[in-house]
Parts: sequence; C-alpha cells; structure tokens
Amino acid sequence: QAQTKFTKKELQSLYRGFKSECPSGRVDEETFTLIYAQFFPQGDASAYAHFLFDAFDADGSGALCFEDFVGGLSVLLRGTVQEKLNWAFNLYDINKDGCITKEEMLEIMKSIYDMMGRCTLPALRDSAPAEHVELFFQKMDRNGDGVVTFEEFLETCQQVRRLGGFGATS
Amino acid sequence: MAAGVAAWLPFARAAAIGWMPVANCPMPLAPTEKNKRQDELIILNVSGRRFQTWRTTLERYPDTLLGSTEKEFFFNEDTKEYFFDRDPEVFRCILNFYRTGKLHYPRYECISAYDEELAFYGILPEIIGDCCYEEYKDRKRENAERLMDDNDSENNQEGSMPSLSFRQTMWRAFENPHTSTLALVFYYVTGFFIAVSVITNVVETVPCGTVPGNKELPCGERYAVAFFCLDTACVMIFTVEYLLRLFAAPSRYRFIRSVMSIIDVVAIMPYYIGLVMTNNEDVSGAFVTLRVFRVFRIFKFSRHSQGLRILGYTLKSCASELGFLLFSLTMAIIIFATVMFYAEKGSSASKFTSIPASFWYTIVTMTTLGYGDMVPKTIAGKIFGSICSLSGVLVIALPVPVIVSNFSRIYHQNQRADKRRAQKKARLARIRVAKTGSSNAYLHSKRNGLLNEALELTGSTEDEQHMTKGTSLIESQHHHLLHCLEKTTGLSYLVDDPLLSVRTSTIKNHEFIDEQLFEQNCMESSMQNYPSSRSPSLSSHHGLTTSCCSRRNKKTTHLPNSSVPATRLRSMQELSTIHIQCSEQPSLTTSRSSLNMKSDDGLRPNCKTAQITTAIISIPTPPALTPEGESRPPPSSPAHSTNISTTTTSNIVKVSAL
Repeated sequence: QAQTKFTKKELQSLYRGFKSECPSGRVDEETFTLIYAQFFPQGDASAYAHFLFDAFDADGSGALCFEDFVGGLSVLLRGTVQEKLNWAFNLYDINKDGCITKEEMLEIMKSIYDMMGRCTLPALRDSAPAEHVELFFQKMDRNGDGVVTFEEFLETCQQVRRLGGFGATS
Repeated sequence: MAAGVAAWLPFARAAAIGWMPVANCPMPLAPTEKNKRQDELIILNVSGRRFQTWRTTLERYPDTLLGSTEKEFFFNEDTKEYFFDRDPEVFRCILNFYRTGKLHYPRYECISAYDEELAFYGILPEIIGDCCYEEYKDRKRENAERLMDDNDSENNQEGSMPSLSFRQTMWRAFENPHTSTLALVFYYVTGFFIAVSVITNVVETVPCGTVPGNKELPCGERYAVAFFCLDTACVMIFTVEYLLRLFAAPSRYRFIRSVMSIIDVVAIMPYYIGLVMTNNEDVSGAFVTLRVFRVFRIFKFSRHSQGLRILGYTLKSCASELGFLLFSLTMAIIIFATVMFYAEKGSSASKFTSIPASFWYTIVTMTTLGYGDMVPKTIAGKIFGSICSLSGVLVIALPVPVIVSNFSRIYHQNQRADKRRAQKKARLARIRVAKTGSSNAYLHSKRNGLLNEALELTGSTEDEQHMTKGTSLIESQHHHLLHCLEKTTGLSYLVDDPLLSVRTSTIKNHEFIDEQLFEQNCMESSMQNYPSSRSPSLSSHHGLTTSCCSRRNKKTTHLPNSSVPATRLRSMQELSTIHIQCSEQPSLTTSRSSLNMKSDDGLRPNCKTAQITTAIISIPTPPALTPEGESRPPPSSPAHSTNISTTTTSNIVKVSAL
C-alpha cells in the first residue's frame, strides 16, 4: 500500500476483483490478451495487448501478479502527469532502451489501428499508421535524430496540452 | 461482454492513457460515476440457508431477478435480508453464476425443477457453460420426448369423440384394436387367418405319403383342392381387410405408399395372378415362383406384434451403421477373394475357379460358417484363409453393438411408455377419488347449510352452532369459490340426496340454498375468527332470513367488522364474488333488493367504513317463491333499490380500481 496511491478499501476491492478473475493470482500473457480482446470485439487487440502486458509487467517475470497490476493502475489513475507520461513512454519504448525509434512507433501505431478492425469510417488505409507515425515524429523529434527521447516526449506532450484528457480517464 | 472481464474494464480504460500522446483528436470526456456507492454485503436467505454476497456481484447481470430492483419485492424489513422460498441447492448454482460468470448444471438435479428455478430468477438457460451444456441439452431432449410420448398416448386414448364419422371410427378401430370389441374381434380373426395361411404354405411342401405309382408327393399336390380352398378363404379375408383399410384411411395416397399396405398387396397378388394365369401353361413356372411372395404374409404379423415393429424401426434407424457394415464387408470380401484366387491358382483341381467363385469362400469364412465345400490347398492359401477368418470376426463385431444398443434404447422407451400409461391410470384413479372426496365435502356443507336454514326457521338458533361442522378456513373459502362458480353459471353441482336435488329446481332455489351456504360460511368464518363479535351479527342474521344476495354483502361487511386479518386471499375472493355478482346483475330481474332494506340499513354504516368498500351490491335476484320466503320481512321501497344500484355502480368502479 505504501507504494501505491490507493486506500486500503480500494486495494481490498481491487484485489477481490483481481483474485476472482484469476484465482491463481497470476495472469499470463495469453489470458491477458484474451481478456483485453474482449473489449475490442471488432478488431485484433492481440498486438497492443502484448505491448500493454510488457508495460505492466514491471519485473519482466512473464506474468502479471497483483503488485504489477496495482502498481500500473496507481500510476495511471492517481499518478502525476509526469508519471503518466513516463508510463506512456515506457509503453511505446518496446525494447526499453530509453528512446523510441520510428520502427517501434510504427509497430505500436499499427497495433492500435488493428484494434479498430477493418470496418471503420472512413475506411482504413494501409498507409494510415505510417502517416500517423510521420506526423508524430515531426512533432516530437526536436533534434531530428530519428529517435524520440523521454525529454523530447515530455516537452512535446506538455506543450500540446492534450493532457487535460488524462484526468478524465480515471 | 462477459461479466468476468467487467472487472478488468478499469484496467483497460487506464491503459488507454497509452493512446493519448499519439492521438490525432482530443479524447472524449469520460463518463462520470453516478452514485458511487460503497460496496455492501447483502444477505440472501433461501429457505433458511443464508447466502451472502456483495451487491455489485449481483448487479453484474441487471436483467435478472437478483440483479435488478425486482429483488426488492423479496426484501424482509425486519431481518434486513432478501428471503426466497426456493430450493437452496439450485440457488447455490445460480449464485455461482453471478460470481464466476459460468452457469453450471448439476447432474443430480431434475431438469424441469432446474428450468423452473432458472425461469424464476430470470436467467436464460442458453448461458449454461460449455462444460454442462451438453448434459443439459440431453436431459432436456429426453424430457421433451417423454412429454411428447405422454401427449401422444393421451391423445390416442382419448375418450369417445362423438363427432367421428363412420370412416374415422373404422380407421381408429383398425389402428387400435383396443378401442372396441368389434375391432378386437377383427384383429384376432385376421391374426388367425395370417397364421393359417402361413402354415398352409409351409405344409403344402411337406411330402405326404405316397400315391400308388411310387412317387412321393408333397401335400400340396395330394390334397390340392383342400389347400386351394384354404388359400382362397385366406386371400378373401385379406382382400376384404385391405379394401376396408383403403376405404377408411384418412389419406388414401399415403396409405397406399405405406409399407404395411405394400406388404398386403404383395401377399395377395400371387393368388389373383395365379387365377388369371392358370390356363396358360408356359408361365406356370413363373406362377410357381410368384408363390414365394406368399411368405410375405408373415410380415402382416407386424401389425399384431409390438416387438416386430420395434425391430423394424430399429433397423430403419440404424440404416447408416448397417450401410457401413455392408460396405466394409464388401471391401474385405473383394480383397480376400482376390488374394485367395491368386494364391490357389497354382494348385490343381482347385475349386477357386474365378474371383466371384472365391466370393462364396470368403463370405463363408468371414462369417465363421466354414461349410468346407471350398478349402484352400496351398500353404499360401491356407495362411490367407486364416487371416480372412480372423478379420471377419473383427469386421462383423464392430457395427453390431451399435445396432444392439439402438434396439435396446427403443425397446426401453416403449417399455417406459407402457409403464407410464399404467402409472397414469393409477394416478387418474387417485385424482378421481380425491375429486369426489372434495365435491362430497362441498355438497355435505351445502346440505348442512340447508339444515341450518331449517333450524333457523324453527327458531332454534342454539343448535346452529352444533350443526356447523368444523370445516377449516381453507375449505370454507374453497366452498365459497365453488359457490360463486355455481352462481356465475347458473348451474349447480349434482347432489345425491333427492331432497336437495337442485339441478331440477329453478334459479331461485339455487339462490336460496346458496345463501344458506353463505350464511353458514359467514357464520363459520366469523365464528372461527372472532367469537367475540358474534352476537350482534347473529341477531341481524335472524332478522334476515331472506336468501337474498345481500347475504353476500353481509359477508363482506362482516369481514371489515371483524376484520383485521382479512387475508389477501379472502379479500380477493370477496372481490371476485363481487365481480361475479356485478356481472350477473343485468341478467336477473330486480326486486329482491327491496327485501334487503332492513339489514342494509343496519349494515350501511359499517360498510362505509369498510376497507372493502364494495360493500353493498345487491344482485337483483328473482323473488323467492318458496315457502321460506314468506317469513321474510316485507319489502321496502324501490327507492332503496335505486340507491343500491348507484352504490353498485360506484362499487363496480372501485372493484376494478382495487
């Protein structure tokens, strides 16, 4: 409890929910993917779920335990803006090397678009993820070195002030 | 979305933060949480067994009883728990459904009880988890078949339907020999003739001793005339039967196409063909072969034997297994015949002259018959021969159990059907006894009512209390209900006692007797409930010896007087009574109402305060011309009756509002 920002009661109800969903107390990637896929029935959420799983699995154990779960949730729901951005950066940085390359970004973008599925309006173009990535990189990559570091990321996001949306998701 | 993953939803929403930085458009606002309640434990008391769970667990499925506000109907204020008067065992499964999202079907539960419970809690059976769904479906199908069987046999054994045409009766007689004695006679006669015909066919060919000339003749030729006569008689009977069936069949075309009719035709055709062709000697050979078809008469027995029919039905239903058996046998035969032919080709004087000739050997060996007319002589032939016989056993043994199990299942179904019919007969008999018992009770109480009336007239009121039997509250309410029904239809239940034979008397008598019963009921009920407040009402009873419907009103007013535990049932009965009475109003002529005046006045104030405000509804009934009526108080003003009618109309409204 000391590490998270939840109260005791909240932790209790979270744990109860977690334990009743997976009685064994640990969620492996397959199960996680299955569960996450149920929220997006039209598309294929497996790729994004993989990335999410990696982001949540802080200790790299291959399975989510309650600590991972609750740690991630506490950042996302109760963390400061910086912590949240840190988490998002961590998500995008697939190989966790501290910077986001274009390929990593493209992968993430593709996985997000995959979740939407084929039946979208306007129709999905195959080049859409790539275009989106281009846009993103133009905004983020200040020094133009082809990768986005955490500082650049932080700066851009704070500037753009889309952060008002962050509070609404908790 | 399964409720199981609903718990992960906040997780997924939180993870959506990951989309933020790359989003093209600003995110929509999140929905605000309305009434964020602290999760609380609720107690569910099911027949004494207490289950506890979180409120949110139950609310996962808001379209069921437990998940919606419907459960508030079962909330017990005193103990602050939800009480359900249902089976706790099944409830365990249902609560587990809320907890885990999977509905299981326990094997030991009866399928219909389980279905009922599911219906009660508003859960669709389609949600049953895969692990238990097959079992559920199987049991349900079995049950449905059983019900269908029941219905079928019910329909078949329905009592006389008077509107059957002659043709239909004949058809029914043919299909079910048990429906009438004539049908039974016909059934046995045809059976006898079938047997005679088959036996003559058999005996015809037996060598019957010699004729001078040293030739052994079969009986058929020796006693040709006798056999011919027998044959003629049988065929005539069969023809007549066939024509009758054809006439009676509801759908002639379908009948002609049915198996039994084809057998019939094939059985009698040879005779007629023989009649036609006796003059032509050339085709007499063909004629003789046609006689073979006479053996088909034995199949006519299948109408008479249930077992034969089952066998036939089994074979039909196992058609695919039989087909497979045949096909695999054919394959094996061809293979082994070829092998044996080539193996025995070398040996001299071998009987295996060609592959088709080896077929015979293969079949005989595979079915382990082993006639020995064809035997392999070479070593290779012997080896392959032994392999052949071993494999034969295997190939035949495989599909046979399937057929056997099918037969056994169908046979047992039939046994079950018969057993159920017997049980049903016993059950119906029991029900009849119970019914007569209760109707006897009703009539008995009616009789008591009459006796009470007689006693009243003579003024000996003290004996009333003795006369009233100790019928229970339920019984008296039941009798009241029967009474209302009598009133509605204008008929009456048949009374054994000729003195009280009501059927033949007029409506007024009905009223009269009914009133007495009511009176008795009122008295009984009031007596049971409120011995204290008896006397004033009793006295007013005396004043009113009329058998008018105001008595009914009195009954209702009594209740409010005495009344607190006007149980819901009773009040509903009152309402129904009153409703019935209102509906009867237009049909009957007025006037009795005038007689009610005296009592009505006295009762009015009571009625006004009554909760059941439909207090005074006077059903205008025909004036009682019976002698008892003379003792009634003189009629009052008609104005009173109009008064009453207005209250009636207003009361009618109140009835519906209630």
